[in-house]
Amino acid sequence: MIEIGLTHYLFLSVIIFSIGVFGIFLNRKNVIVILMSVELILISVNINLVSFSVYLNDVVGQIFTMFVLTVAAAEAAIGLAILVVFFRNKGSIHVDDINSLKG
Amino acid sequence: MLAHAIIFYFFAFVTITSSIMVISTKNTVHAVFLLILDFVSVSCLFIMLGAEFLGMITLIVYVGAVAVLFLFVVMMINIDFAELKSGSLDYMPFGLLVGLVILVELGMMAVSWKYKPDFVVKNPMTTTTASNTESIGLLIYTDYFFFFQLAGFILLVAMIGAIVLTFRRKNSLRRQDITKQVSREREDAVELIKVISSKGVKIND
Repeated sequence: MIEIGLTHYLFLSVIIFSIGVFGIFLNRKNVIVILMSVELILISVNINLVSFSVYLNDVVGQIFTMFVLTVAAAEAAIGLAILVVFFRNKGSIHVDDINSLKG
Repeated sequence: MLAHAIIFYFFAFVTITSSIMVISTKNTVHAVFLLILDFVSVSCLFIMLGAEFLGMITLIVYVGAVAVLFLFVVMMINIDFAELKSGSLDYMPFGLLVGLVILVELGMMAVSWKYKPDFVVKNPMTTTTASNTESIGLLIYTDYFFFFQLAGFILLVAMIGAIVLTFRRKNSLRRQDITKQVSREREDAVELIKVISSKGVKIND
């Protein structure tokens, strides 16, 4: 318990990942919170990569984390742009209203 | 070692608690504040791990760009006139609370910095001559240069995509039309009229 090792960081990562996945299912009202849950998932992946990179003495994991960061930023920008367009067309951001593609 | 464990558990506790509250809170603005708290805690954890560069990058990219973008969109979309009238002071106590916890975290990092060798995980990157930032730079500009360029391209595509999605051309605005301006001829604009003395001219008949 006192000695903080790789396992602690991996557990933290797993907990945040599951919170993020849970958040996607839990939240049926607000699309923004779903996007935030995706950000949580991505940051848990980052924790995983960085801790493995440090404990395996390989800096490549941190470089990969930077790419994950890039993709996360791009995803947030595009996701929020889609959200703004959706709000303009429908006047709400409720998840239940997003059913145009259901046919 | 005990202090290391205590600080780790503190940051992990803040991270997990704020994550749970992000997904469970009803108020979207609160959720964004808690997301910022989450990102700050995670970046502190990165610094504890010895990945200083990534900690700082996380702080800059996530807190400085992504979370502020979220906040911006939330403010723009949640049009609730009752809330607008009551003013932004409603969020003051909550924002203060989040800010206070972030301040405490940063203060802990600042105070404990002189005991850095006890806290930060010892990895060969720091024991060799190259620092963390230097070793990342040495690798990213050589072996991973193609991927680095690809990351920049992804950002470019995201930027263009966001602009294309949200751009709206307004017809009520008078826009500059350079082709129209340049192709203007003298005959379109000027007309010479022979004025007969003591008769005057009629304009716009």
